[in-house]
Order: sequence, then structure tokens, then C-alpha cells
Amino acid sequence: MAEIRKADGIVDWLDQRIAIRPLMKVLMTEYWIPKNINFLWAMGVVLVVLFTLLVVSGLFLLMYYKPDTKLAFDSVNYTIMQEVEYGWLWRHLHAVSASVCFLIIYIHMFVGIYYGSYKKGREMIWITGMLLFVLFSAEAFSGYMLPWGQMSYWAAAVITNLFSAIPVIGPDLVIWIRGNFIVSDATLTRFFMLHVVLLPVIIIAVIVMHFYTLRIPHVNNAYGEEIDFEKEAEKFKAGNKKESKVIPFWPMFLSKDFFVASFFLAILFYLTCYHYSFALDPINFDPADHLKTPPHIYPEWYFLWSYEVLRGFFFSADLGLIAFGIANVIFVLLPWLDRSNVVAPAHKRPAFMVWYWVLIADMIVLTIWGKLPPTGVNAYIGFVASILFLFLLLVALPVITKLEAKKNGQ
Amino acid sequence: MKEFVALIVVVFVTGVIYWGVEPFAHSQMNPKVEPADYTFADLQPIDTAKGNIGNGKELVVANCIACHSINKEGLESPFAPEDALSAYGVVPPDLSSAGFIYETNFLANAIKNIAVATKQTHKFDGNHPMPAYDWMSDQEIADIVAYLVSIAPASMTNKEVFIDSCGRCHDVRYDKWQANGGLKTYLGAKVPDLSMMIRSRNMDYLHTFINDPQKRLAGTAMPRVGLTESAEIQVVKYMEEVGDSKKAERESLGWKMVLFMLVMGVIAYLWKRKVWHDAH
Repeated sequence: MAEIRKADGIVDWLDQRIAIRPLMKVLMTEYWIPKNINFLWAMGVVLVVLFTLLVVSGLFLLMYYKPDTKLAFDSVNYTIMQEVEYGWLWRHLHAVSASVCFLIIYIHMFVGIYYGSYKKGREMIWITGMLLFVLFSAEAFSGYMLPWGQMSYWAAAVITNLFSAIPVIGPDLVIWIRGNFIVSDATLTRFFMLHVVLLPVIIIAVIVMHFYTLRIPHVNNAYGEEIDFEKEAEKFKAGNKKESKVIPFWPMFLSKDFFVASFFLAILFYLTCYHYSFALDPINFDPADHLKTPPHIYPEWYFLWSYEVLRGFFFSADLGLIAFGIANVIFVLLPWLDRSNVVAPAHKRPAFMVWYWVLIADMIVLTIWGKLPPTGVNAYIGFVASILFLFLLLVALPVITKLEAKKNGQ
Repeated sequence: MKEFVALIVVVFVTGVIYWGVEPFAHSQMNPKVEPADYTFADLQPIDTAKGNIGNGKELVVANCIACHSINKEGLESPFAPEDALSAYGVVPPDLSSAGFIYETNFLANAIKNIAVATKQTHKFDGNHPMPAYDWMSDQEIADIVAYLVSIAPASMTNKEVFIDSCGRCHDVRYDKWQANGGLKTYLGAKVPDLSMMIRSRNMDYLHTFINDPQKRLAGTAMPRVGLTESAEIQVVKYMEEVGDSKKAERESLGWKMVLFMLVMGVIAYLWKRKVWHDAH
């Protein structure tokens, strides 16, 4: 054991016992971030803020929510919304944050793609990030079911039914997942467990992993420039702050993030109090009725693009399911689908730039048409957009990046 | 400047997605319907303005109170609710405030032929529990309406209007209201609880639906109730009082939270300028 002397203050007391000073250095004051980053790099911290809000509001909701098909709807819409003091605030904050969380995840993800932050040495950051996306999707889906409204019920029925297309074991698998032949109380209680215990714990673990993966390759920057972090850090520590290309995480990087996060929270609170309905499907305020199908069943907005890939192959459910499966994992493989070693923002990579904006446009089309009824011309628009999505990632990206690599004599 | 361009791009893309998923998709899924018509122009106009109150009262006493009560005038129901239920399958409504909640031309037509006025001819073919009074002259019907209007209260609370208009069929569990008119199963359809209707349907839907249910839900058993515009607004207000009871709290807290974050943002920006000062 280390020698313990009389401490000259609380920090010193802690330092002698848990080495708080070196810890703060490693995590905060000497964790180096490139100076050349813009507000889009604040999305990571915004996501941390959102996740914290979701956990805290979720804990408050958990105190009154009843995971029972007979009680769930009223426990949310009456007990929490009307009887509990500020229950409406926690409920709306939870629902709005969940929806906005996906918007920020998409921004975070597409900023990463734009600046090539998934490439060369940063693959683990990208993979853990995509794993978080999948976990957040499962978390959102299991949470969406809990109020036991009409859309909760029917979305759960449709999504769990997808597994029936798996060869041989499909139908039995669906019953196993639901715990019954239809979505029922058994389904609700197990999704409740997933939503409040298992998935959050895994998410927290993967968030820690995601942060850790940044440690060695460091954060990318707006020019895709390779920075010698040790050399630049020395410059900074020597007081040469102007010339140094890096800044410490605390206080410099976070001061910018606080400013971005504050304005972001102003928008979030505006939505929570004045425009909560954008995140809560009105149909979900009708209690679940397993005998009455709503006229249109669609997922929340952030799943619409992959839902449309599923529906896009309207002539074959199997093809749709395969395409849907690919769409959900394809982004994980992005570091290998991109065959070029160039780490640079898209506007410095002409062909990639075109590819990037076509992909964005295609995903917007998929998202919007994912909500529209899949009839008439809508079905064909969905089909073309789905094909284009697969083509862009599986064919176009490897080809244009291979050409780019050749041009660079790689 | 570059950051500003990036912000505009992010806002633009988000805006396009929002527009497509919300207003655009909803406009495609919910076909437009005609706006609410509070004059009930499809019904035969009966001029109720020249009705004779005294004659109306005599007609009401002779024709209506065999089934209906008018508690306000001390005219009690001739039979207990249970007896009415077993005899007619429904408890006839009290008429004390009919002149307040119903539009007069609708009321006249309801007396004349209730199935036509309520757009329920697909449910009733001359067998509506309320017989048609089309053998009366228009003047006599106008007299009855004039009498009902003359005894109507000058004002009613939102809840009273709701109970009178909707509460015979619909429960409002969140306000502990149980419908007691025997109508919950009467028309062969499950009558929904209205506690959360203010959230599950938008305002435009509620107004056009209440004004004419067939317009939104062709073939529905729900009768056209024939409310005046102001009575209908009171009904929706009551639904909001129950289903969105924290609206005032939400709206008064909201701007304070937003303002707090904006002030925090400005302070954070000034701090950022300070710590970045010697880095540029």
C-alpha cells in the first residue's frame, strides 16, 4: 500500500487513495482533441446529455409504470400524465429525447461518413458506434411497446412477425420471442425487462467501449489531417497554444460543447412542452386492441428507411427481408466497403462527394415513402429507392473508392 | 462561416425529413374532408324563428313527456331508467337543455324524423325508438323548438354540455364518468371511451367528426348529434380538460426552461471565448 500522509484538502485526500489527479489528466486535462473541429463534433457530447436525460426520466417513469397489459395504458396516460406531479414532464422528455436521440445519432453517423472518420485506424470507433446504433434501436423498439397503445401493439406484432420468415425455425422462433401465439402480457413483461435492465446495461458498457476506442487513434478533424498528438501536446503544454494543433478535452473542448448542448437543450425543451406530439404517434393514445388493426401501421420515423427497404421488394417478402437484413448491418462494413486510404472530408473527394449526397437523398426518400401507404406508384418509388440503396453501398462505393485509390497510386 | 453553412445543411435536411414524414405523409393518408357545417344545410329548412312558445308547450306536454323528462320545468320522467331500458332499449334524454346544445334547424328536423337528421337511416328503417313526427306541420314543430329554446339555460359548463351531448353513450374513465343511457351496446358497436380522444385525434378530425360522423367513418353507428358550433367547442374543451389536464402547467413551465437554456448557452459561449482566447 502507498504511504498515506495527512491530506491538505479533499482533492489531495482522494488523490492519495484513488489517484484522482492522474485520472483527471488522462481523462480530461491532457486528453487531446484536434483544434480543427466544428460544432458537428459536439454531437457525441449531445448524445451523452440525451442518454443521461433518458436514464433519469426513465427512472422516474419506472416508479409508476405497470408492466401489465391491463394496467400499462392507464399507468402511463392517467397515473403518470395526470396524477403524478410533473409526470407529464418526465414522460414527454423521455419520449421526445428518444426520438431526438436518433436524429443526433444519424447526424453523428453521417458526419463520421462525411469526414471519413470510420477509416484507417478508426474502424473500432465506427464498429462500436454502429453497435450502439443497433442497441439503441432495440431499446427504442422495446420502449415503444410499453405504453400498450394501438401502434405499440401492432408495431410489436409486425416486427416480431418478421422472424417467422427465417427458414425452418421461423414460426417457432416468433412464438418463443412473444411468449405466446400473439403479442400478449408475456411479450410486454419481457420487453419491459429488456428496456429497463438488460439493454441499458449493455448500452452503458458499449458507450464506455466507444469512448475507449477513441484513445489510441484519437478524434478525426475537419481536414482529415494526420496529427502527431504527442508533439502537438508538448507545444500546448509549453504554452504555445496558438501553434499547437490540439486542445485539451477539459476545459477547451467541453466549453464549446456546453455552448452547443445548451442551445440544443433549449430546442429539446421547446419540443417537450409545446410540440411533444411530433414524437408521440397519436394512434398510440388509443388503447391496444388486438381485434382491431389500425388503417396504417408504420414504425417511428427513425426506422422508416429500413422499413421501406423491407417493403420495397413488394413482390417478394423473402427478398424484402434479405434486403432489410443487409440494410441493417451494411453500415458496419463501411470501413471495408470504402477501398481508398484517403482520410479527407467528402468535398476533397469528388466522386465520394456525389456518392454521399445521393445516399442522403435516397435515405430521405426511403424515410418519407416508408410512411406512405405502399400502393400504386408509391410501391415502385420504394422499390427503386431500395435497389438504389443497396447499389450505392454494395457496388458504387467499392468501385469509386477503388478508382480513387488507383489515382492516388495506392 | 463554414460552420454556419454546415448548420444550414443540417437544419435543411432535418426540415425536409420532418416535412415528408409529418405533414406530407399525413395529407396522403388522411383524405381531406369538407369543413364542419353548423347550419346542417342538407336538412330541409324549417323556420323556427316564428315559433309560438305557448303552443309549443302544449304540444310538448301532449306529445313528448310520455317518454321524455324536462326536469328543469318539474316534468319528471314517467318511468324509471331501468323500465325505459327494458321497454325501449334506451333511456330517453331529458329535454331541459335541448334548446341550448342543438342547432335549431337540426332540432326541428330531429323531431320530424330522427333517423334522417342523425344520418342513421342505415341503422333504422322506421324503427327508431323515437317516432317520427312528420305528421305535424312545420309550424307545430317550430312551436316545439321555440318552447325548448325558451326554457334552455343561458349557459352551461363544458362538462354539462359534454354529458348532455355525449355522456349517454360514451364513458370518460379519466373523469370517472360512466355512460348510463343504455347505449353502449345498443347500436351493435363498442362505444369508445373518450378520455384520450383529444390526443389520439387532431382538432380538425374531432370537429368534423362530431359535426358529421359519417364524413370520417362511413357507416358508423354514431348519430350526428347536431350540436351548435359553440356547444361543440365546449365538448372539445371538456375533452381537453380531461385528456390534457396539465396543458396550462406545460405551457407555463416550457418557456422558463427554454429561456434558462438560452441564458446558459450565452454564458457558455462567453466562457468558450475566454478559454479559447489565446488559442487562435
